[in-house]
Amino acid sequence: MDNVAIELRGICKTFGSIKANNNVNLILYKGEILSLLGENGSGKTTLMNMISGIYYPDEGHIFIDGKEVVISSPKDAYKYKIGMIHQHFKLVDVFTAAENIVLGLEEQGRFDIKAAARKVKELCDRYGFVLDPNKKIYEMSVSEKQTVEIVKVLYRGADILVLDEPTAVLTPQETRKLFDVLRKMKEDNKAIIIITHKLHEVLAVSDRVTVLRKGETIGSVATSEATVSMLTEMMVGAKVELNIDRTEPVNPVPRLIVEDISCVNRENVRVLNDISFVANSGEILGIAGIAGSGQRELLESIAGLQHLTEGNITYIDPENGEKKNLRDMTPVQIRDLGVRLSFVPEDRLGMGLVGNMDISDNMMLRSYTKGRGVFLHKKEPATLAERIVKQLEVVTPGIDTPVRRLSGGNVQKVLVGREISSAPTVLMAAYPVRGLDINSSYLIYNLLNEQKQNGTAVIFVGEDLDVLIDLCDRIIVIGGGQITGEVDARNTTKEEIGYLMTKSNGGEQ
Amino acid sequence: MIFLKIIHFISAAIVQGIPLLFGATGEILTEKSGNLNLGIPGIMYVGGISGIIGGYLYEKAAPTPNGFLLILIPLLASMLGSLLMALIYSVLTITLRANQNVTGLALTTFGVGLGNFFGGSLLAMFGESGSIALKATGAAYRTKIPFLSTLGWFGDLFFSYGFLAYTAVIIAIVAGIILNKTRVGLNLKAVGESPATADAAGINVVKYKYLATCIGGVIAGLGGLYWVMDYTDGAWTNNGFGDRGWLAIAIVIFAIWKPKLAIPSSFLFGGLYILSVFIQVPTSWAREIINMLPYLVTIVVLCAVSARKKRENLPPASLGLSYFREER
Repeated sequence: MDNVAIELRGICKTFGSIKANNNVNLILYKGEILSLLGENGSGKTTLMNMISGIYYPDEGHIFIDGKEVVISSPKDAYKYKIGMIHQHFKLVDVFTAAENIVLGLEEQGRFDIKAAARKVKELCDRYGFVLDPNKKIYEMSVSEKQTVEIVKVLYRGADILVLDEPTAVLTPQETRKLFDVLRKMKEDNKAIIIITHKLHEVLAVSDRVTVLRKGETIGSVATSEATVSMLTEMMVGAKVELNIDRTEPVNPVPRLIVEDISCVNRENVRVLNDISFVANSGEILGIAGIAGSGQRELLESIAGLQHLTEGNITYIDPENGEKKNLRDMTPVQIRDLGVRLSFVPEDRLGMGLVGNMDISDNMMLRSYTKGRGVFLHKKEPATLAERIVKQLEVVTPGIDTPVRRLSGGNVQKVLVGREISSAPTVLMAAYPVRGLDINSSYLIYNLLNEQKQNGTAVIFVGEDLDVLIDLCDRIIVIGGGQITGEVDARNTTKEEIGYLMTKSNGGEQ
Repeated sequence: MIFLKIIHFISAAIVQGIPLLFGATGEILTEKSGNLNLGIPGIMYVGGISGIIGGYLYEKAAPTPNGFLLILIPLLASMLGSLLMALIYSVLTITLRANQNVTGLALTTFGVGLGNFFGGSLLAMFGESGSIALKATGAAYRTKIPFLSTLGWFGDLFFSYGFLAYTAVIIAIVAGIILNKTRVGLNLKAVGESPATADAAGINVVKYKYLATCIGGVIAGLGGLYWVMDYTDGAWTNNGFGDRGWLAIAIVIFAIWKPKLAIPSSFLFGGLYILSVFIQVPTSWAREIINMLPYLVTIVVLCAVSARKKRENLPPASLGLSYFREER
């Protein structure tokens, strides 16, 4: 068929003892959007990296326009007009958008960044992007960075586009805009592969779905004939229940009282402004908001990692009702007060885990002060690690594998598992399912629900509004560092929360 | 007269600053590719001794040396020596992905030792005089621009140096233009900031790292050559170059990785280096304190630099890290 843009046959790739891809076949037609689905660690990114020349396949054949090709470097990929937008953006922070876009191009003639910026502008106008070519990457929001990535690929005249989890960090509005752009590119007869974990997005944007499981191709279906339950079954290999089992709050009493807290960042900009709320025991409190509205600072304030300029944070001990002030305390002081606070930070490998250490040693990070002797007690953390690997189905060769070798979702499982294992009285989780496949996500939701039933006060910062509404008991919405509203999760709509997210209380901006 | 004294001081500061400028420019190019080459001090020693060996062999072989070859042979010898040193560093850190700090420090120890070893051997061969003095070579390198250098203080300030001094300034300016105005410079900076990004954009990361490190090493080595041929007039003394190589690395930070800023910075550090000779101080302890100045300034500068917030003034983001495409 001469309508085939790229075809992969029998692709295999092994990393150490992990078989990331095993005999994978895939066909992509011109003018279509193909969704690549699969659980974490099913080999989607590995496969895409082989199309874009980052990895080189151990076995298999790649055909473009019916001819077999060898893609041994990203340069080859550009030669065959393949462009990839990586999950972790590949951009140079101190360069402008235009500089990033022309990077590595071997154009004839004098190097003229201004002419390049003009060309970028034209391209943006054609596809309806809003982008300032002279803005530095480090000044950009996540969605702007993504725009730069897409324009970069288009600038090079790519006909085959691969997007690896492009919507993971976007707001619903930004996602919709991205999909409009993708549809426009499709009309231009470009072939697009999109990796996403959000099934409703798969159904909304793609024409066809190809499913991978454990490094192998399971099959392809036309999106028009696909349903959510059918796709999950293909991904997981068994029927799964996708229900969040929300119970009524268990004996809710105030556990954590936050009163009028404010804080400023390094540039002296107010990132939290007069935030007040109460987190009850046996309840899941959701925090919704556009990324970067102060969610991170709020959780860090409670965890003792931010200096507050105003306000108070009080913890009420469940055993004797004693009130304890947490303001201006370090994490160690908080723990010494007997407050069992667990924190699953947004930045897994930066704040939560040490990438070069193995799973077992990472367990010790939480308990290192328990030991009194000179030598380490490795047995307890190893048992804990084994248990988490088993319970949460972490895909890993063993507990002595460095955490950075695991795929994103599995890293997250290790972190959440460790934090929950300390039987917290307050559990804070920032985007705990970001980058996780559907099965793992529900596993995490259920773990949070379990904690709720144990009487823990759970604070859940999420981005998927559907999930927030299904999982939480109450939801507070923040915008620009302020609380813009509080809703009862059982009686609210996505639209109401979305409206509160974009509403600002007037003070800022 | 105080005015002439100041002119004389500035001129002496520039002479002191030239080897630093070579070293700093070389290290900037290297660091822009993400390689922290702490072997630069060693490379500068090797650049010096290789030049001496080249000059020695030629002066011995030719009873009536040709002025052009007197310059060319030590120059090529010096460049070859530095290139080999930089290649050792490149193979170890880029191809074999060895730790850059350890490799660099080892290379410096090796280079200084190598310089002193060959220097010592040559000293022994010279025998009676007790020092190596390549008079003819030194004179060739110290040739000044005729007429212009006799223009009184003006000539002293601008035209009283050998050709390598002007070369150092030109190289620094050209390096600045390449980094900021050309495609090659953009690609090189991308390699140093984020090799994975550069790689995904189709840039040959390994090639850029090798070229930047080797060219940077050769440029730094010229600083050693300038020192032995121009400053000391073709003479080698063991450890004579001192710790100037380290100062060159400090200047890289002082000049926030900008070759153009490295020019005045080098002259400033050159001035601090010889300040104690120009200021009349009665006691020896006071002189020692003044001798500390370049290092004190370096420490102060390092503190000030780490407090700087502007992203463009920070070191290349992947400085000191090795890159492997298939790393997970």
